[in-house]
Amino acid sequence: MTLGDLSLLSLAWPAVGLLTLTSVVMLVGRNWRWCIAALAVQYVGVFALVALSWPVEMAVAKMIAGWMAGAVLGVATITAPESWREEERSWPSGRVFRLLAAILGGLVVFSLAPRTAALVPSVRLEQMTGALVLMGMGLLHLGLTAQPLRVVMGLLTVIAGFEILYAAVETSTLVAGLLAGVNLGLALAGAYLLISPTMEAAK
Amino acid sequence: MSAPLVWIVAPGVAGVLLFFLRRWPRLAASAAMAVAGVLALAAWKLSVGEIVSLGLWSFRLQETLFVLGRQFTLGDAIRPILTVIYLMVAFWLGGTISTRAGWAAAPLGLCVVALMTAALAVEPFLYAALLLEMAALVCIPLLASPGKPVGRGILRFITFQTLGMPFLLFTGWLLAGVEADPGNQALVLRVSILLGLGFSFLLAVFPFHTWVPMLAEQSNAYAASFVFLLVPVMVTLFGLGFLERYAWLRNAAGVYTTLRLAGVLMLAAGGLMAAFQRHLGRMMGYGVIGETGFALLALGTEGGLPIYFASLLPRALALGVWSLALLAIQDHAPDLTFHSVKGLARRMPIATACLVLAHLSLAGFPLLGGFPVRLWLWEFLAGQSQSAAIWSLMGSAGLLVGGLRTLAAFVSGSDEGQLQVSEGRFHALLLLIGGLALIVVGVFPNTFLAVLAQIPQVFTHLAP
Repeated sequence: MTLGDLSLLSLAWPAVGLLTLTSVVMLVGRNWRWCIAALAVQYVGVFALVALSWPVEMAVAKMIAGWMAGAVLGVATITAPESWREEERSWPSGRVFRLLAAILGGLVVFSLAPRTAALVPSVRLEQMTGALVLMGMGLLHLGLTAQPLRVVMGLLTVIAGFEILYAAVETSTLVAGLLAGVNLGLALAGAYLLISPTMEAAK
Repeated sequence: MSAPLVWIVAPGVAGVLLFFLRRWPRLAASAAMAVAGVLALAAWKLSVGEIVSLGLWSFRLQETLFVLGRQFTLGDAIRPILTVIYLMVAFWLGGTISTRAGWAAAPLGLCVVALMTAALAVEPFLYAALLLEMAALVCIPLLASPGKPVGRGILRFITFQTLGMPFLLFTGWLLAGVEADPGNQALVLRVSILLGLGFSFLLAVFPFHTWVPMLAEQSNAYAASFVFLLVPVMVTLFGLGFLERYAWLRNAAGVYTTLRLAGVLMLAAGGLMAAFQRHLGRMMGYGVIGETGFALLALGTEGGLPIYFASLLPRALALGVWSLALLAIQDHAPDLTFHSVKGLARRMPIATACLVLAHLSLAGFPLLGGFPVRLWLWEFLAGQSQSAAIWSLMGSAGLLVGGLRTLAAFVSGSDEGQLQVSEGRFHALLLLIGGLALIVVGVFPNTFLAVLAQIPQVFTHLAP
């Protein structure tokens, strides 16, 4: 174990905390700018956990792909801000409900993570916890919304969680490239869904 | 030159270039159809691994293309599958010339088929899950029409296709463990569950089927039919790859029973819901669910692989005709509910007749394209599982009831006006050709279906 590995290891639990925080912000956040900023910060945590298994330069590629996905979604939402305004109407109670659901989900994840990590020896507990947090919150997000931006953020969150796990078992460059492509593709598809209602219909 | 360059890179590049023809959608659609047609012809005629002579130019078509240390391999054995896929795409692209499938239909259609062919070719083949996901993402602009609100069906489609990918990728990693220790029943169970979930998401197996009728209702019917046709076929080929490669999976008794059970469930559910449906778009969605059920049932039946491949032609024809007819009807009716299309048979006799023909074909009505393959399957099923045969018959009966109710809606109403043909000329011609093809395939099944039934030879371990 090198000094670099040791410092990355010391960042692992803070990264899990960061992932928990950002995913909750995305879930309960009402301002799309905050949500997309949280998505971008989330990829810093993903980078820290993926770097435990992958060379830093490959892990950085994952972070940059995530940032690009966030940027694409941000630009699309600026172009069509009405798409975000068509939000669920019961906001105050909805927000509390989401927060409670997130707490419940978090409790499940933190209690399941040690047992699940034992099933996959090549995955560290920190990686498993971070991955399960993201997948759990992402699925929760998907279950609570039918708004294109939120759906895409939920999917990106689930995929980010999966990528942390998969990085521990697969180090292929082609897979890294294809997963980055999937992230960007999701963001582009989401951007299209955001702006297509405002586009002029073909004659 | 390598085969992946011809059947993956070339259509991909052509698709990208056709974006520049977006001001001339008919020209782009014609060019895309020509490209797909030429590739189908090439797959039929050119032998991979042998020297090919084109006039003064001769070259050897290599099997493999290397990308980032991984291989994309298209061997000679896979050519029949490529021929069928590119022919289906060529026919679909031909239909876009007369439909409002959008300016992006032609380029995106080629890009999707290139990605899906790449999914067939990539080694290790588990990476196909990523390429299938990318193909699903490329379908999004095809499904979401500009100027219209985004429907829930599209969001569910993208969600379920994306959620399926991680299951299959993770399965790939676990499979290495199973190969090393096939006796580890706990690991085998874990792999089977992950694999089952992954394919259930991708194939829209119950309870992940909800996006199918939604998409059929909310999106452009012709674009949706492309997804309904191509996605299940490619995912099924991917699944057959699993069975072909892993002997433990192939020999596991539960696999075929599960496939049969899922097939029966979907066929029966699709039929039942179609019988009570009152929206023509959703009706097509339930027909698609039933068709996926039929495919799973064929794959889960001993000796059913030729039936599955033989069913591709009638399915492609029926879905193409059904969606073309729906588009024509959309132009003349406020919406696609039974109430709005009452008496439409007098104003649009060709579209309504062809829609009913396509519907009845998927239900397995005698003398139509879908009947011979259904009869073939029922014969096999009766000897293996009578309950599955009865339930699948009930599913077909449900679809038939839906078809008859559609027919009743078209001919009912107080409109006693004169019979007139309101469909566009080219649109009507395509519908007539498609409707006629459904009858011809049903009356002379051996001429057409016997060729397709030879495709299983590609899967040396699965062919009967």
